[in-house]
Amino acid sequence: MNTIPTPAPQDAATPIVIVGHVDHGKSTLIGRLLYDTDSLPEGRVAQIIESSKKRGLTVEWSFLLDSLQIERDQGVTVDSTRIPFKLGNRQFVIVDAPGHRQFLRNMITGAADAEAAVLVVDANEGAQEQTRRHAMLLRLIGIRHVIVFMNKVDIFNYDQKKVEAAERDITKLLHQLEIEPTVFVPASAREGDNMASRSDKMPWYKGPTLTEALAAVPAPSSRADLPLRLPVQDVYRFDTKRIVVGRIERGRIRVGDEVVIGVHGAKARIASIESWHTAPQVAAIAGQSVAVTLEPDVIPDRGDFLFPANHAPLRAARIRTRLFWLRQEPLRVGESFRLRLATAEHQVTVAAIDSVVRLEDLTEHPAEEVPPEGFAEITLAVSETMLFDPFVPGTADGRGVLVDRNQQIVGGAPLIGVAESVAGRNAIHPTGSAVSLWDRAQAKGHRGGVFWMTGLPGAGKSTLAREAENRLFARGIDVSVLDGDTLRAGLCSDLGFSEADRRENVRRAAAVARILAESGQVVIVALISPTVADRELARQIVGEGFHEIFIDTPQATCEQRDPKGLYAAARAGKIEGFTGVDAPYEAPAKPDLRVGTTDATRDETAARLATYITDAIRLDAASRRQTS
Amino acid sequence: MDDLDQLEAQSIFILREAYRKLKPLAMLWSLGKDSNVMLWLARKAFLGRVPFPVMHVDTGKKFPEMYKFRDEYTKKWNLELLLGDCPPVEEIDPTLPPAARSAARKTAGLAAMIDKYKLAGVIAGIRRDEQATRAKERVFSPRGSGHKWDVRNQPPEFWDQYATPHEAGVHVRVHPLLSWREIDIWRYIEREGIPLVDLYFSKEGKRYRSLGDQDITSPIESDASTVAEVIAELETSRTSERAGRAMDHESEDAFERLRVAGYL
Repeated sequence: MNTIPTPAPQDAATPIVIVGHVDHGKSTLIGRLLYDTDSLPEGRVAQIIESSKKRGLTVEWSFLLDSLQIERDQGVTVDSTRIPFKLGNRQFVIVDAPGHRQFLRNMITGAADAEAAVLVVDANEGAQEQTRRHAMLLRLIGIRHVIVFMNKVDIFNYDQKKVEAAERDITKLLHQLEIEPTVFVPASAREGDNMASRSDKMPWYKGPTLTEALAAVPAPSSRADLPLRLPVQDVYRFDTKRIVVGRIERGRIRVGDEVVIGVHGAKARIASIESWHTAPQVAAIAGQSVAVTLEPDVIPDRGDFLFPANHAPLRAARIRTRLFWLRQEPLRVGESFRLRLATAEHQVTVAAIDSVVRLEDLTEHPAEEVPPEGFAEITLAVSETMLFDPFVPGTADGRGVLVDRNQQIVGGAPLIGVAESVAGRNAIHPTGSAVSLWDRAQAKGHRGGVFWMTGLPGAGKSTLAREAENRLFARGIDVSVLDGDTLRAGLCSDLGFSEADRRENVRRAAAVARILAESGQVVIVALISPTVADRELARQIVGEGFHEIFIDTPQATCEQRDPKGLYAAARAGKIEGFTGVDAPYEAPAKPDLRVGTTDATRDETAARLATYITDAIRLDAASRRQTS
Repeated sequence: MDDLDQLEAQSIFILREAYRKLKPLAMLWSLGKDSNVMLWLARKAFLGRVPFPVMHVDTGKKFPEMYKFRDEYTKKWNLELLLGDCPPVEEIDPTLPPAARSAARKTAGLAAMIDKYKLAGVIAGIRRDEQATRAKERVFSPRGSGHKWDVRNQPPEFWDQYATPHEAGVHVRVHPLLSWREIDIWRYIEREGIPLVDLYFSKEGKRYRSLGDQDITSPIESDASTVAEVIAELETSRTSERAGRAMDHESEDAFERLRVAGYL
């Protein structure tokens, strides 16, 4: 026999979930697709024909999936199944999710890891209750690519006008959920129209067939270039070594890297990466299950995140979250659960039900309770401060899950962010934006962010900010500048220069910057913000997309420039508490960017700043902010 | 990371979850290719060790090659081996078709071992692509009283969060290979050099694709005598892996009835 080469490495299969209302044709679609693409094992086709005959039917494609006796007797799919499937060289796994209402939790079980969804809609019936419910769920589990399969168009004789009218209704529904469908495919699963081959009955349709649409689903984006998150799964003591194990959720580790450990913030270096039956490892990336030793030999707890010092997760004891509720009884304020996030578990109590989605029209309303299998936004009070990243579709961030006392999963909680916790303001519940950050970023072609410029009076902050603004605007970036003087002329005109007023000035600037950044803008703040505490406050308010930029101009140069004559006035005693003269300026020890202004031209400096900002807001950039 | 790296990483994550959450824990070792891969993955997860016992539920009707393999690798891999036997076929539900009835002996033997060692978790090497009923499984699959699998009332399982109930009389079946396909198993065996019983390789034009009891398992026509040749054969094969397992063909629901009662 000839030598057979070792099989080449393959990409992992792309999971695709098929959802839609009961009887709109999901199982038929899958059966037909597998048949059309010649993906069925020998035994299966014979089985279908045999089963169909026994029941006196012509070939019934859905029997392929409804392989359990109890399902066929009921005529509904009980649970999700996974079927491998190949288009060209690309592997897919089709996840079939049930349409029957009480089986929502089975659908989530199948759908949560899908890369794309096919929403099957009977073109004659249009959107039904489960169409809306499943679409809502696609949004909450963060599926970004939705192919709408307009099924059964043969019934109205492939009429273009009727198909397009049905499309308009579905588009409207999906837009309410901020889902931009990738494509509509008018088709008939039973007849095989626009499945694997182009239908000759709809010459007016120029879009892709279903298989073409599936083949165009982008491969999952790598999480390896994001800042590190390694949740500790367990700690073993083998021989004399203490070994910390876990799966890297995003980012990468390398022997020698310094990491911060958990909410307590101890620091350690990755001393070694341990493995068995592999070549010695010095680095590992997102997706790998690793075992490491730490130096010093600190003992983390299960659930502690390992993360880089300059990209910490958010910390809070009060969190806002979306919720898909899986219990058959309603949820009320005051109920307690365990919130699982990666390998962590926290005791939480439902502090508020902020809004509940009405499924008839997908609008949000205040409510006393979340109904069985309902969708809502709620506020959770955590028994301790916890670390988390807000939920971002396409990553493992912020995938919270509520479990009851018996460790049964009762709800999914894609975390939104820190909830307002200031005493006396508990009744205030900020509303999350209706448009997701990711969608905004996609539309604009860049992320939002806050670039907080600090430095002495006269350091050149405002000038540089305006220069950078010009350059970024010319590149099509949505950018604005908040500078100290402008703020004080308007928003902060009621404030003086006392310590408390300065701090309030910083708080307002940061709050405005955050709102702008959440709307997708790049915000350059030019504010002296002289103390470490000021800037820490701003960083906390803004969250993850905060960049501290130190305009490092020596005081002598500032005083010499004195563009507004303020140093002179302060020296003459006409101004009190002037930073750099009789009030201290605490230079940042580790800014995200340090910009010197004395040894480069203004153009060079502005160009450098603009480049830094452009890199930081790229769609694939590592730094990400709290989501809406 | 290629697809095998991803499957390996996910299985290691699952094994470490089981080891952390379920005590006492044991792994089923049927001596077949899948459970050898599973043992190998455990050694990857725990850096060369298998920190829990392995269980062989012995029907007494396995092939001699399998018993020899078991004894050899128990020593070589430093395994803590628990052996259990199965009741005679006369004690098994007579309404089951003959081969399924024979297979059900193993279910009874397994139940007895779980009770004897008061196990909270049992790791088993089933895969979704083997059989339609297994496709419905969860990674962590709780079994209620009488070891029953309630297929219509399974817990939700998503975002790598698994049900780990702490109820008396409930144990959890853990399935680290659920997402693997037959060909992935073979490609991984090839990549890692995992030892196998040689019944899987062709002698005189026949080999076993799946190993069960001698009396209810039959070999297939094949010339594949190395792992690479088996892979090449699978890439063109369109018959199902368990075609040689008699009980799968007796009636539409025989296999499901076995599984509801606790069969793997």
